[in-house]
This record gives sequence, C-alpha cells and structure tokens, in this order.
Amino acid sequence: MSVPDAPGWVASDRQRERERFRRARARRSTLVALTSTVALTAVIVLGVRSSPGWPRVRQSFFNPQVALDSLPDVLAGLWLNVRVMVVCAVLIVVLALALALARSLRGPAFFPLRALAAGYVDLFRGLPLILVLLLVGFGLPGLRLQGIPTSAVTLGALALVLSYSAYVAEVFRAGIEGVHPSQVAAARSLGLTRGQTMAHAVLPQAVRRVVPALLNDLISLSKDSGLISILGAVDAVRAAQIQTAEHANFTPYVVAGVLFVLLTVPLSRVTDALAKRSGWLAAQGALTAGTVR
Amino acid sequence: MRRGPAAPAAPAGGGPLLRVQQVRKTFGTHVVLDGVDLDVEEHAVVVLIGASGSGKSTLLRCIDLLEEIDDGVIELAGTDIADPRLDADVQRARMGMVFQQYNLFGHLRVIDNLTLAPRLVHKVPADQARADALAMLDRVGLADKARAFPDELSGGQAQRVAIARALVGRPELLLLDEVTSALDPELVGEVLTLLAELKSTGLTMLLATHEMAFAREVADEVCFLHAGRVHERGTPAQVLSDPQRERTQEFLRRITG
Ligand SMILES: Nc1ncnc2c1ncn2[C@@H]1O[C@H](COP(=O)(O)OP(=O)(O)O)[C@@H](O)[C@H]1O
Ligand SMILES: [Mg+2]
Repeated sequence: MSVPDAPGWVASDRQRERERFRRARARRSTLVALTSTVALTAVIVLGVRSSPGWPRVRQSFFNPQVALDSLPDVLAGLWLNVRVMVVCAVLIVVLALALALARSLRGPAFFPLRALAAGYVDLFRGLPLILVLLLVGFGLPGLRLQGIPTSAVTLGALALVLSYSAYVAEVFRAGIEGVHPSQVAAARSLGLTRGQTMAHAVLPQAVRRVVPALLNDLISLSKDSGLISILGAVDAVRAAQIQTAEHANFTPYVVAGVLFVLLTVPLSRVTDALAKRSGWLAAQGALTAGTVR
Repeated sequence: MRRGPAAPAAPAGGGPLLRVQQVRKTFGTHVVLDGVDLDVEEHAVVVLIGASGSGKSTLLRCIDLLEEIDDGVIELAGTDIADPRLDADVQRARMGMVFQQYNLFGHLRVIDNLTLAPRLVHKVPADQARADALAMLDRVGLADKARAFPDELSGGQAQRVAIARALVGRPELLLLDEVTSALDPELVGEVLTLLAELKSTGLTMLLATHEMAFAREVADEVCFLHAGRVHERGTPAQVLSDPQRERTQEFLRRITG
C-alpha cells in the first residue's frame, strides 16, 4: 500500500478517503478480535474452575510447588534431548542425502548401490521405531561384541538415526525428482557433468523445496528423542517420570510437555521465515503472486 | 577454454561448422527424425521452421547431445560428436543452447547463472569468470540485473540472461529453440534485436522459430522440417516467399493466416 513519493504528488481525496476507511476497518478488526478472545477465555476459565473435578485436577497436574521442585531435573533432562536431537539431525541429513543420491544414480554399475539403498529405506520405514529402539538398545549390547557402544544414549541415538534417515531419504528423493527436467537439460547443455548438475543445479533446488518437510521431521525427532528414556537414559521424560514417582503427582509430566512444546515452536517459525526469502520461492516453482485482499 | 572472441577452429577439410547427416531419432515406435540432413556454415544463421511437433526441438536437443540419436552423423568442426567414445560433456560445452522457457537456475542470482559453467567446466578463476560474466551481461544490456534472482526478471530480460549464459563459455555454435515463443508480444523485439546483433559479430546460429519476419531478415538459410526430414531448404527468399513444395506452401499459409 506504500505509494512512492513522486515529487509534486499529493494523494487525491478519493485515495485519502480509502485510507481513512482502511484505518477505521483495521481498528474495528482489532477490537473485535480482542473482545472475542477475552470472552472465550472467560467462558473456558469459568467453565473449568466451576467444574466439580477441578480442584483435584489442579492438585495433581498443575501443582506449582511440584512444578518448581521438578523443573531443574526436567530441564537437565531436556538438555540431553536437545543434544541428542542436534547430533541425530546432522547424522540423519548426511545419511539420508547419501541414500537419496544412491537411489538417483543411473547406470548398471550402480545397481547394487541402488538396490541396497532401496532395501534400507523399505526396511527402516516399515519397522516401528519402538522395535528398532528395543533391538538396538537391548539387542546389540547383548551380543557382547567388541566396539559396540553400551551407553543408552548412544544406542538410542543410533536407533533414531537408522529409522529417521529412511524417512528423510524419501523426502530428499521426492525433492530431487520434483526439480523440473529442463533444469537438468540447461545444466548439461552448459557442459556440466551429471555430478556437477546434481550438486549445483538439482540438489540446491531440491533441498529448498523440502525444507518445510524436513523441519516437520525435525519436530517429530525432537519428540521422539524422548523415547530413549525406555533404554534408561535420563532425559526429560525419564526425569519427569522419576519426579512424578517422588512427589506422587503428575505435574512433572506437564512440565516436560510444556518444555517440549516450547522447543518445537521456534522450529516452525524458522520454516516460515525461510520460505519468504528471495530465490527460494522460485526454486519451489511458485509464481510470484500479487497480494490479493 | 579458448579465451579470444568466438572464432571456432575451421574444420580440417574446410567443410561446414555443423554437419548433420541422416539423423534418425525415435521415441518408442514414434519416428520423430527420419534421416535429417543439414549443414551450418561458419558464421551462418540457419533457421528451422516446421509445424508444432515436427521435431525442431528434438533435432536441436540431439545436436546438443541431450538426446541420443538412433542413427546418423553429427559433426562439429569435423568431429563426430555423437561418437560414444568421446566425452559428451566436453562436446556439449562447445555448443550453447537457449530454451523456450529460459531454464535459468532459480536458486542462483543472474551473475551466478552466468559464472557456473565457466567455473565448473572451463575452470576459469572466480574473479575472471565474474568479469567475463559482467561483460557479457553488459553486452545484452542487463549489467544492472547481475544481483537479481531470475524470478525478478521480465520474460525478455530472462531470455537475454539465458542467451548471455549460453554465450559466456564462447561456444562455437549457438542453438536456440523458439526463444521468443514464451514472451509477451512487446518483449519479442528486444530478444530478436539481440540475436541480429549477435549475427553481426559472426556468431554461428541454428535456431527454431515461428518469427517469419525475423527469419527473412537474418537467416542465411531456412529449412522446413516435415515428416522427420528437411522437406525444403533455401534462402529465406526462396523458401518463405516462393516455396516450391506443397507442404511448405500449406504450412506458410497456415501460420500467416
Ligand atoms: N521425451 C520424449 N518422449 C516421447 N516423445 C517425445 C519426447 N520429446 C518429443 N517427443 C515427440 O516428438 C515429436 C516432436 O516433438 P518436438 O521436437 O518437441 O517438436 P517441435 O519442437 O517441432 O514442436 C512430438 O510428437 C513429441 O510428442
Ligand atoms: Mg519445440
């Protein structure tokens, strides 16, 4: 709505009238939003507080003293979740990219590699994560082989990487296949090799396309990192479980839940911000559309 | 990479720069090219005309080795470039191709679209590639768009960038596939003007187009593609104004309305 200030340009009466109307409408909208939010909140709060079970619910789920007592331990556990998540995310992206690229190789020489990658994806996409966790977490150490890690955290992370890389590989593959073949033709016509074409023309555009899907998987991963608690690792979930047992109160679980939610919200905002950057929309094949009121 | 002005090595025997002989291309059972013969002399402009689906794009893609031919010979300056024993990437780098839909790399700025192949293929140092690219952009009148992304350009600007990208590697031959067909009518002129300028610098071009006025003006030879072959060829005056064969007459009547 910004109009460049051309020298000598004065907004016409009609334009000033339009802007007056728009400002008034904006004020009205804010007021309506505010009123309806307050009204709805009041209804919910009153409804909940006047319901017969509320005191008991508050006592066992929203107990401030228990929340405060359990917070340090749950936070310390969450820090483990964050570290596991970051390390796993890096490994998953690397492994998934390798799998997706292996599947996109052409030529008979690469058949075994292609088949291996396809088999891996089929296997780990089909296996429930909890089974992979149990097999890796309890099965591997049971073999008592040399060089196999025994820490619950490492084994849990390994299981997450095995399972998630299969999913993320498929995300990358869809992205690669979604880049229009004319981009490949343009790169090859310039003399780029197959590999250079993949690295400089196809992959960068494929990755931009799939960033929202990847962040979605990252959010999923941040939650599933809590599953390593079943192997005995003291993460946020396990810490909350211990605190819940100690206080005979469920508030620590709620605390852990709130922390997990707070962890994932910024990830969603990052997606939105990235999507707005120039050169990204084009890579997604979106047309530059004007804003429609 | 040769760094001088575009001056291709003359073929050993002094023949044409591009020689296409009996080229055949099928997709499944569909025979698209059924023995195409075509020569392009050095510094010449040859225009391909023909109905939609007559195989103009396919022929250009075959010459650029983007499609594998089923039979025939494609010689560039005396080299049989379709020979599978040659490195096709090296042969492709000898030619430039411009596509109907520009095919610019959407994730790269204009300048990076131009420097990509020089840096990766011709191993030109980054600052030299940049200088070359800016000079080429200046030549197509778009030096001020170096930092823009392709989706910030008009169609005519995008196509001029695509031409600059194809030229910056100093190709011996430029292939152009209906480069004005996707443009709004008022943008066609700026691209055609650029092509006429390029011809005056001695660039060898083979182009498919529906712009008959342009063909009349700049073409040294016009080839009418029909039924998988060059059905009629000659100077623009011969083919466009005085076609001898019935199919050519019919085609020209249809497109001029
Ligand atoms: N990759 C392909 N697979 C199958 N058929 C194709 C392919 N490319 C082109 N064709 C067919 O080849 C014929 C010639 O197409 P094209 O070369 O694009 O014609 P023109 O450029 O003259 O309009 C068309 O019938 C088209 O359907
Ligand atoms: Mg075509």
